[in-house]
Amino acid sequence: MLPHTMPHRAAIWNFIFGRLSLAAFPLGSNLEDRIVQFTFIGVVVIGVAILAAITKYRKWGYLWREWFTTVDHKKLGIMYMILGTVMLVRGFADAIMMRSQQAFAFGANMGYLPPHHFDQIFSAHGSIMIFFVAMAYIIGLMNYVMPLQIGSRDVAFPYLNNLGFWLTFGGVVLFMISLFVGDFSTAGWLGYPPVSELQQGPGVDYYIWGLQLSGVGSLLSGINFVVTILKMRAPGMTLMKMPVFTWTTLCTSGLIVVSFPFLTASLLMLSIDRYLGTHFFTSGMGGNLMLYINLIWVWGHPEVYILILPLFGVYSEIVPTFSKKPLFGYSSMVYATVAIMVLSYLVWLHHFFTMGSGPAVNSFFSLTTMLISIPTGVKIFNWLFTMYRGRVHLSVPMLWVLGFLFTFSLGGMTGVMLSVAPADFLLHNSLFLVAHFHNVIIGGVVFGIFAAINYWFPKAFGFKLNEFWGKVTFWCWFIGFWVAFGPLYIMGLMGVTRRLSHFTDMSLQKWEIAAWIGALIIFCGIAAFIIQIAVSIKDRKKLACGNDPWDGRTLEWSTSSPPPEYNFAFIPNVRDRDAWMDMKENGGDRRPMEGFNLIHMPKNTASGVVIAALGCICGFALTWFIWWLAIASFIGIFVAIIVHAFTYRSDHHIPAADVSHFEHTGNWNPEQQGVAA
Amino acid sequence: MSNPSAPGHSPAQGHEGAMHENHGSLRGYLTGFVLAAILTVIPFWLVLDHIIGDFKVAVFVILALATLQIIVHMIFFLHVNVQSEGGWNLMGLLFTITLVVIVLGASIWSMFNENNLMMPTMSVPIQQYHAPAPPHSPGS
Repeated sequence: MLPHTMPHRAAIWNFIFGRLSLAAFPLGSNLEDRIVQFTFIGVVVIGVAILAAITKYRKWGYLWREWFTTVDHKKLGIMYMILGTVMLVRGFADAIMMRSQQAFAFGANMGYLPPHHFDQIFSAHGSIMIFFVAMAYIIGLMNYVMPLQIGSRDVAFPYLNNLGFWLTFGGVVLFMISLFVGDFSTAGWLGYPPVSELQQGPGVDYYIWGLQLSGVGSLLSGINFVVTILKMRAPGMTLMKMPVFTWTTLCTSGLIVVSFPFLTASLLMLSIDRYLGTHFFTSGMGGNLMLYINLIWVWGHPEVYILILPLFGVYSEIVPTFSKKPLFGYSSMVYATVAIMVLSYLVWLHHFFTMGSGPAVNSFFSLTTMLISIPTGVKIFNWLFTMYRGRVHLSVPMLWVLGFLFTFSLGGMTGVMLSVAPADFLLHNSLFLVAHFHNVIIGGVVFGIFAAINYWFPKAFGFKLNEFWGKVTFWCWFIGFWVAFGPLYIMGLMGVTRRLSHFTDMSLQKWEIAAWIGALIIFCGIAAFIIQIAVSIKDRKKLACGNDPWDGRTLEWSTSSPPPEYNFAFIPNVRDRDAWMDMKENGGDRRPMEGFNLIHMPKNTASGVVIAALGCICGFALTWFIWWLAIASFIGIFVAIIVHAFTYRSDHHIPAADVSHFEHTGNWNPEQQGVAA
Repeated sequence: MSNPSAPGHSPAQGHEGAMHENHGSLRGYLTGFVLAAILTVIPFWLVLDHIIGDFKVAVFVILALATLQIIVHMIFFLHVNVQSEGGWNLMGLLFTITLVVIVLGASIWSMFNENNLMMPTMSVPIQQYHAPAPPHSPGS
């Protein structure tokens, strides 16, 4: 473990490098360092191959102009989805390492991971899966779909959208650097003190600054989406005519806006404890570490609803489309969403029933927790009633929905079990809890993301995803999930605690091995997903599907697939819910082919990349106490913001001729060709 | 796409800031600034000159002034009123107040209970910490 003090060497080196020294690099010959070295070599080989390929095919200019500096919500959405997928692989690598350790570290066998390394892996796994997989995926989805659903040409603050993505990416970079330079935090995904206090090395600082960067990114996205939905809906689309996915985006964004400042503030106080020696969360000197746990869960509980609500929206889009009838109980769906949004702020204490607040406090939060399952139950019944007597078409997205309904309902029930405070005294900190939250997050969020990818991929690229590999992906995830987490439920009920790197009770090994096999099946699911994408790209001509492959109901299907930069040549007028279905049924779905106007759009900007890069450097410098670099990059951020404020021409116009050309041919002019089909 | 909107509607759509609502006047900002400055000076004066003897009363007075300060900021700097942005600002404000009340209230409630339920040997009077402690002595 690295010390938190400066290394012993000449003062000038300490000035230049802070506390960064050769000891921070995994150069040893022990197994732990060897694992990191091989990972490093793998990353370098793959990284160099990608960079070389980009250079060879002269794609740097294209990437910079069309993607890195873009303010187009669709391209940013796709970039978020790619980021989420890459980090899913990273987070899963952590998961399979933990499962392999736990499956074999029994009795005399100590496994291949020392406890300090194991602790870093579970901390990284949790943080990455929440912040850089689930958050990246949902923000990507909302980014791509919501503006199209409300008939808008972009989000309200296109530049902030780009900045938000790059800040999230900056957080990812810090997390990935921690793999090779120094250690990661061992304090779990929420960085509880006292483990996260000063006696820990730089790992916690990587964690703090990574989350601060991506947290600001999420906050910017939240503000952006709220304003976009409230201000930029197509004429006629009143609130109660919005698609349910837009509704859930609105509620999730509202939750982001009011809850992420709590995360920022909690982490800021923790960092002041660590950097300036204050005592907010130490148990000596008048501080209180329980306050940190209280504060971080004020963010943490709304966060899980931030993750699940957009996917509830996804299910509410997919079920009616594939059942060929309108959503059952639209209003109750909306009210349930809003109820969840408010109630999610009333339950955070159930994460620490055992902290000792007494029966009165625990009963209150027990009741509110049980209460929140009611609006969720309403939603489940609405989806079931939508399918009832519908012509259900079991396509891949629908398969994921059915898997979700089964898995998530069971996860919700174990959640109600945990909400009973006396039961929680037995189940808290056990594998039962681990099984429960994976049950709702995989069964709810991940299944929903795969459903959404299969559903909206044709929208984004103009061809469907391969059905066979889609089904393989589904069955591997569905079966793999239950094989991996069923045993955890059983062991949890027996009282096995979480985060153990070694077991003495040999009778548990059969369950751990079963869970390991489950993780391997999930690995096949991830592989099948990547194969599905690759095969579909290869067969894209065969899978080409036109603009509206699913006979969709909402406005995003009314424009081209993939949509042009400006989304809609004419802003549609909305008369009813399911606006596109209404147009199709009433013969209003023919596109006007003349009378195009020039279209006013935002211009690309490099400020997002620059500011996020400086923020990332600042985080790295703060982690290693390289003060000159921290100060310089911090000033750099301010300068970049001020310079950006002097951009007087942040917009451009697409000539009417170009619009007309695209609307007639479905192609941009050759010199403008952006997204290669 | 049916019913294309009238030509001329489509450009911009938000990018030019369709609504230029009240962004305040010089007079408003100055009023706000003076009020904010006064409300900042008073607590410093109360604390530095020990105007109020009772510690608890002083804390509550300062909290009350802080609340006033928030209201001044919202009215004069953030321009929150009943009509702005079609009522959405007020809606957002009410939502925020609800959540702040819930979070503060429940946090204080649970922390207070936890403090009460501490075993007598575990609770250490806070004054004890005011004695100079030796540096770097965790656990002492």
